[in-house]
Amino acid sequence: MSGINTLKGAYIRSVLKDEKRIDSREKFQMREIEVKKEVLSNAEGSARARLGNTDVIAGVKVVVEAPHSDTPKEGNMVVSAELLPMASAGFETGPPSPAAIELARVVDRGIRAGGCVDMGGLFIEDGKVYSVYIDVYVLDYDGNLFDVCTIAAMSALMNTKLPKYSDGEIDRKDRSRSLKIDNVVSSTTFGKFGEDIILDMNADEEQAADARITIATDGKVVRAMQKGLNGDFTIKQVEQLIDIALSKNEEITKHIKR
Amino acid sequence: MISEVIMLSDIMASKINKPELIHGGKRLDGRKADELREIKIEAGVLRNANGSAYLEWGKNRIIAAVYGPREVVPKHFADPNAAIIKCRYSMAPFSSLEEHGRSGQNRRAIEISKVIKEVFENVVLLNEYPNSEIDIFMEVLQSDGSTRAACINAAAVALASAGIPMKDMVYGVSVGKVDGEICVDVDMLEDNYSDADMPLAISHRDDRILLLQMDGDMSNEEVRRGFDMAVVAGKKIKELQREALLAVYKGV
Repeated sequence: MSGINTLKGAYIRSVLKDEKRIDSREKFQMREIEVKKEVLSNAEGSARARLGNTDVIAGVKVVVEAPHSDTPKEGNMVVSAELLPMASAGFETGPPSPAAIELARVVDRGIRAGGCVDMGGLFIEDGKVYSVYIDVYVLDYDGNLFDVCTIAAMSALMNTKLPKYSDGEIDRKDRSRSLKIDNVVSSTTFGKFGEDIILDMNADEEQAADARITIATDGKVVRAMQKGLNGDFTIKQVEQLIDIALSKNEEITKHIKR
Repeated sequence: MISEVIMLSDIMASKINKPELIHGGKRLDGRKADELREIKIEAGVLRNANGSAYLEWGKNRIIAAVYGPREVVPKHFADPNAAIIKCRYSMAPFSSLEEHGRSGQNRRAIEISKVIKEVFENVVLLNEYPNSEIDIFMEVLQSDGSTRAACINAAAVALASAGIPMKDMVYGVSVGKVDGEICVDVDMLEDNYSDADMPLAISHRDDRILLLQMDGDMSNEEVRRGFDMAVVAGKKIKELQREALLAVYKGV
């Protein structure tokens, strides 16, 4: 960690002692969420999502492929995430970093475990199903990629259209059928500094945090969780954070559903 | 991209032909909800490594090895204030009952390696060894569900047997929701058809959560029950880890 980051981290911790944050938010207050849907026309679905100064774009491509051998009557869905070098001085070109892989897999798990996409509706005929590829590109980084990438991916899925498939041909101009969405999940990521816990860390807070936990819910039950960084949580803290995560679902998903 | 699709299938397997997983209060292999599979741990099984452990957990067969503290390669990764930990979780191509797996690290293995690394960064006294690296290698030779929990148990014993100073020991255990019931230590078959899966790593002395992942659906109440069951099951795992370490020196 560079010297300046050490100083910033110490400052973040010292103001947290007085229940304050460096951008004057409440401990469990999300930054402003802004979602724009259908921002691209070649993709079958798309959305741009901002959370404070973090800016990401999600594009969905739908292709026709063979199903998995264990789900012959269901389609496929894959979330990938790209930490573009343009988004931060800290992101480098090259193969996906462990952080990018973790991000994509955690977003994928929330949406998958939430049963958000009607996978059965992606079946076309024996040996042919639709595969839905969701790529989330991080354009500008100011922390909390887990939550904003989930918002972008969910929002893009909400306006995804399936191209027509007949006689072994895919017709991308005929997109009359919408992808059926059965559930909407939100992700809430908390950071821990000593014994203080906050929601929706910005980049400065993120580099100083001891531990991180992402909880994806549909407002009723927990759908996915992931603890990160080398700090720890007590069992009681996790239980309290689940309650907060459940209560934040509506505030977040209203931007996705809109 | 096709290969990626196939690899992701381990997250949520199909619900077709789902067998009845709990019958008359017992699980398919006869266990009760709070019962662990049989576990054997042996420390100091490799000659070259500074520390090692072999673990049998149900049908899982895991070998873990620790090298270091040693010089950091490449050098620019070195931290002048603390040791760095490198972690490699890997499944052998012959480890699963299904097809021949691919060698090398897939995305799942990279993610698991990362979260396990974070577990040990928490407990190892890294400041004791500036400019050094500690390598933790975990090979799954045979897999039968809950392999990351099993690997954490083996790696913790391997680290201790290497004499690496730690502020606390760690155990791994998984919790799942099987046929709607919260169970501890899910095996491969249960995992394939489970409603939820929650692997955990917990510190020995103060029950702190060092690794937590989850997918599926669980209410807060069910998560709470899962934690309770994990901590109770943990008592036995802790004892087995202790015994494995003691056994190394009893023979001397």
